[in-house]
Amino acid sequence: MDLNALPKGGHAVIDRVEARGGVDPIMTRLLELGFVPGEAVEMVARGPLGADPVAVRVGTARFALRREEAARVHLRPLHLSPAHLRSAA
Amino acid sequence: MNVVEPRTATLYAALVGNPNCGKTALFNQLTGSRQKVANYAGVTVERKEGRFVTPQGRPVRLLDLPGAYSLTATSPDETVTRAICLGEHPREGRPELLICVVDATNLRLHLRFVLEVRQLGQPMILVMNMMDEAERRGIVIDVKGLSYELGVTVIPAVSVRKGGAHGVLDALDAPLPSAPPPLPEGTDLHAEVRRILAVYVTDRSRESVVLADRLDHWFLHPVIGPLILLTVLFTMFQTVFSWAQPLMDALQALADGLGAAVRATLPDGLLRSLLVDGIIAGAGTVIVYLPQILILFLWILALEESGYLPRAAFLLDRIMAAAGLSGRSFIPLLSSFACAIPGIMATRTIQHPRDRLVTILVAPLMTCSARLPVYTLLISAFIPKRHVLGVFGLQGLVLFGLYAFAIVSGLIVARLMTRGVAAAEHPLLLELPAYRLPVPRNLALGLWQRATIFLSRVGTIIVTLNVLLWALSSFPPPPAGAAGAAIDWSLAGRIGHWMLPVFAPIGFNWQICVSLIPGMAAREVAVSALATVYALGETGDAAVDKLTPLLSAQWSLGTALSLLVWYVFAPQCLSTLAVIRRETGTWKWVAVTAGYLFALAYGAALITYQGTRFLGGG
Repeated sequence: MDLNALPKGGHAVIDRVEARGGVDPIMTRLLELGFVPGEAVEMVARGPLGADPVAVRVGTARFALRREEAARVHLRPLHLSPAHLRSAA
Repeated sequence: MNVVEPRTATLYAALVGNPNCGKTALFNQLTGSRQKVANYAGVTVERKEGRFVTPQGRPVRLLDLPGAYSLTATSPDETVTRAICLGEHPREGRPELLICVVDATNLRLHLRFVLEVRQLGQPMILVMNMMDEAERRGIVIDVKGLSYELGVTVIPAVSVRKGGAHGVLDALDAPLPSAPPPLPEGTDLHAEVRRILAVYVTDRSRESVVLADRLDHWFLHPVIGPLILLTVLFTMFQTVFSWAQPLMDALQALADGLGAAVRATLPDGLLRSLLVDGIIAGAGTVIVYLPQILILFLWILALEESGYLPRAAFLLDRIMAAAGLSGRSFIPLLSSFACAIPGIMATRTIQHPRDRLVTILVAPLMTCSARLPVYTLLISAFIPKRHVLGVFGLQGLVLFGLYAFAIVSGLIVARLMTRGVAAAEHPLLLELPAYRLPVPRNLALGLWQRATIFLSRVGTIIVTLNVLLWALSSFPPPPAGAAGAAIDWSLAGRIGHWMLPVFAPIGFNWQICVSLIPGMAAREVAVSALATVYALGETGDAAVDKLTPLLSAQWSLGTALSLLVWYVFAPQCLSTLAVIRRETGTWKWVAVTAGYLFALAYGAALITYQGTRFLGGG
């Protein structure tokens, strides 16, 4: 699932950030801003019209991303998240 | 023999860091008011240079580089920062020392950029800013360990507190540090940041994150959020008008008093006319708007510093997207309500070149405060003081309507301009920084810079043009015993008559045509120009209050409405066009802007005038 699917207040862990097309400056910038695999994200708010853009917290920073940008960020399936693994262990 | 020679040569240093790291506050702290700002600033998008002397007597030239997330530049700001850091900038030398600034409460994001800068292999120091906030939140940073790890001196600082930057000054007195050893090529900087944080930083903060969450819960709420935004904007414009009024009245009285005093002292003649009708009346009618401009800028600065403005961009992104733009365009366009010049300059934070260009092109459509004198004069002269639905004043409604008309037109124009162009994706990717209380010192400094720029503009361009207009309206003098007003014989009168055939279809008389000429310098000049034209032609008294009954007696409603609509669109400001030239780098976009605005203004005024006549108001 991608970042857009996360409900308000929901937490998840980033699995991968996907490039659109060959060279994708938006993906590069997402990585630079800290959207890297293994990082925890939280959905802070969803935009008033069509949940676009979304406000996301990654680490201590918050960013507003349009749906198209957020769609590049794929989340780990819930049953594979570290917290879940720990609690299962 | 000069005794007080500086002990060392001037040190050339540059501040680098992420946006929102408190870099500008540190810059203000270090340089005070000894800053060279090329123009309106307030946000870190402008070239700012300051000079100061360290406690040990070392002179420092400090450059405040635009905020950047990475040296892989994606915006004009970042391109400048990158070029200077790499020593590739055509006009700026490579700084001898890079002063990297980070927000101690946001190290995960900011430290990555520090590592990137460190890879440049240049002498640098690291300023750990907002240490008080970090301590308050329970973030413990092992500064010594971090210094050792990075091979860079780390200096804790609180740039918003007086004396909070003394560590930085001490470091500047020390000999230049050697460049830190770079990490091996291809190191995963994120992994490195995580490792460093794990070793040297203990973060027990939860409370403040909860506070930001709570604020964002309301400010970004899908229903409450937009309501709060509307309230903020409404309050902002209310205060711009109501708070400014007493100050404006006082300034007007001052200008009138000065005019009267000069009139009483000097004998009747050319010199008295020049001083009273040209200079004092001209500058006076414009300086009167300084309080409004300053209050509006105070709001924008405070909203910017508090961290609310990016939230507004978040809420409005979708609407801006409908116009083919992004929420980032909101801040420049909002600034354009004060003046298009700072607005156009603020477009540098827009990474996408097309978004930036379109924002620049529509910025002059936003109702800048210079239009207000024209609007208020015409509204008070032609719109009756009636109430609609019992509560709303008709005059206020018309003013609101003019603002709304401009906004809607701007959005439509932007939509048309972005249509057809390959619909490439343009990013928002906007940081929502931590909420902070604005620091009075920084607000004051920002306001001071704006006030000086406005006043120097009044002092130079506007007064010069008023004098020029006064000369145009006074020479040649009418022949002895001639009938009619003196201005009818002058050059201005002739130019006005020549322009008349072009502007007659939209209802303008020759006096309006004359006032349009100096109005090109700055829109607000049109009011004083009208005063000059009518004052010299009619009564010899330049008071603007006398203009109101005069106009309502002499102009038709159609003419007044047509002129109002003309001012919504007309490219009536040479300074704006000059800034567009500077920001886009070509005359082409200046021509495009002036051309489309003129066509819109003429078309809309034509429809308004002919429509009003058709309905019997002509």
